[in-house]
Amino acid sequence: MTGPAGTRATATAPKPAAAKAAPGPPHPTVRALTRALPLTPATVLLLLFLAGPIAYCAYIAFTDLQLTGQAEDSFIGFENFRTAFGDEAFLNAVWLTLVFTVVSALLGQNTLGLALAALMRRASKPVRTLVGGIVVTAWVLPEVVAGFLLYAFFRREGTLNAVLDWLHLPTQNWLYTLPILAVSFANVWRGTAFSMLVYSAALNEIPKEITEAAEMDGAGGWRRMWHITLPMIRRSIGTNLMLITLQTLSVFGLIWVMTRGGPGGKSQTLPLFMYEEAFQKSMIGYGTAVALLLLVVGSLFSVIYLRLLRTEV
Amino acid sequence: MPAVNTRRLAADAGLLVIAAAFVLPLAWVILSSVDPKADLTVKVPDGVTLDNFDAVLTPEITFTPLLNSLLLCGGGTALTVVCAALAAYPLSRFRSRLNRPFLLTILFATSLPITAIMVPVYALFVQVNLIDTVQGTIFFFAASQLPFAIWLMKNFMDGVPKELEEAAWTDGASSLQSLLRVVLPLMGPGVAVVTVFSFVMMWGNFFVPFMLLLTPEQMPAAVSINEFFGNRGTVVYGQLAAFSVIYSTPVILLYVGVARRLGGGFALGGAVKG
Repeated sequence: MTGPAGTRATATAPKPAAAKAAPGPPHPTVRALTRALPLTPATVLLLLFLAGPIAYCAYIAFTDLQLTGQAEDSFIGFENFRTAFGDEAFLNAVWLTLVFTVVSALLGQNTLGLALAALMRRASKPVRTLVGGIVVTAWVLPEVVAGFLLYAFFRREGTLNAVLDWLHLPTQNWLYTLPILAVSFANVWRGTAFSMLVYSAALNEIPKEITEAAEMDGAGGWRRMWHITLPMIRRSIGTNLMLITLQTLSVFGLIWVMTRGGPGGKSQTLPLFMYEEAFQKSMIGYGTAVALLLLVVGSLFSVIYLRLLRTEV
Repeated sequence: MPAVNTRRLAADAGLLVIAAAFVLPLAWVILSSVDPKADLTVKVPDGVTLDNFDAVLTPEITFTPLLNSLLLCGGGTALTVVCAALAAYPLSRFRSRLNRPFLLTILFATSLPITAIMVPVYALFVQVNLIDTVQGTIFFFAASQLPFAIWLMKNFMDGVPKELEEAAWTDGASSLQSLLRVVLPLMGPGVAVVTVFSFVMMWGNFFVPFMLLLTPEQMPAAVSINEFFGNRGTVVYGQLAAFSVIYSTPVILLYVGVARRLGGGFALGGAVKG
């Protein structure tokens, strides 16, 4: 069970006292520390570049730090947060973030992902492979490329309008009239593969006997879905909802490429609002306050996610 | 049984309809990249040309940004994988009171919205002179990818039986030696998955280099493509499509390479299964 004591002692204990102890088994604390040694690089990186910025975030959110013009930033307490909740642009961004998350993640990716996974179980193998490949490709594509593809798709002279025209349906300039819906659909296009993979794995774990028994009892497809499948995969549903919500909360590049948050802030979700305040208006303190709110919301979801997994860690 | 066939046909039809909606934007980029007169609508080109690729395959448009991407993502991935492998070892091999809190913190960090901290990271990087440096960006890339990488690596490492290592220990190998010579080779596919996943995530990431790098010559493809699109007046869609294809191909190939190992549960990296 234990490694050679000599190497450990030389690795951790240059002090003479410890060197003397080398022949016997090392002190439990020394041993624990040596064993924890490989954790150091990762821990240092995480502390410096992840925990550090988060702590710094929590600090500058309470200051009036600006990019230019000001020599010293000063502590202003909750002023940034008060400003935010009285700022129409901020409230607009909160609302749009909510719409974006509900439409694209909860309704779009989640439902479509489940539908795809369920249909795939019945489909023939070539169709399954083809469809899976297409959906996953959309997911693997770099964010910016996905943004362009959907920009082209939704533009006035783009593919969507060409299809609608061909079907004799009314067309419009989607990125101008309904930008938040356009970016939401873009996020569905890009993110559905994740839910599809999660649900495919979950559905595969349902014992066949249970569905077969229900089928014998005469339960139709919808009833089986509602009364058997969904309750059996409810943990996966919870985890999936949590993870796609978190992913959707932090989408930046996709919206940035498609609309830059415009026109007139009509697709400006919180990450884009944060960016604009911090950099285009140079209000780093204010932008960070928004970031902190986003982080707090994310942490809450993250905690719920941990509770969902609690029994398994 | 005819009932099964009908159902299968219905499922096939449903899937194909959904796939048709998914495939249109993808078809656009592929067709436009070889279309001499590409515009924003998906259409079969009159003639196939490689001119668009020729036009973008210059050092300035393609090679430098891709090389930058390779440097950033390669560096970030290497750092991530090394740190994750080292960190996963004690978490997987030794029992300690610290394991559980550490793993819970890691799992918590896995799902934090990293986008939110980019503004403070920028402010911090300005203060410590890491802004606009490749190494600073690599460090941040690695740190942001580490929680998930450690988690994934630990789960793969748990799958390697401890007995094999004990044999190495008896032969006098140190922990580091047994990690390098016994454990890592046995979990080769797992290491490959962590490597490819980290690389793909960094390759596609736009916001991090967009915030932390300023000099155009250092920009990776994720950012330069945006300039390509935004700052050149009339957009040559065929060339943009060609560049998108070139830029996306490596990650798609890498993904396909490990896809079978990833399976359905890959996306969660075993998080769902614990």
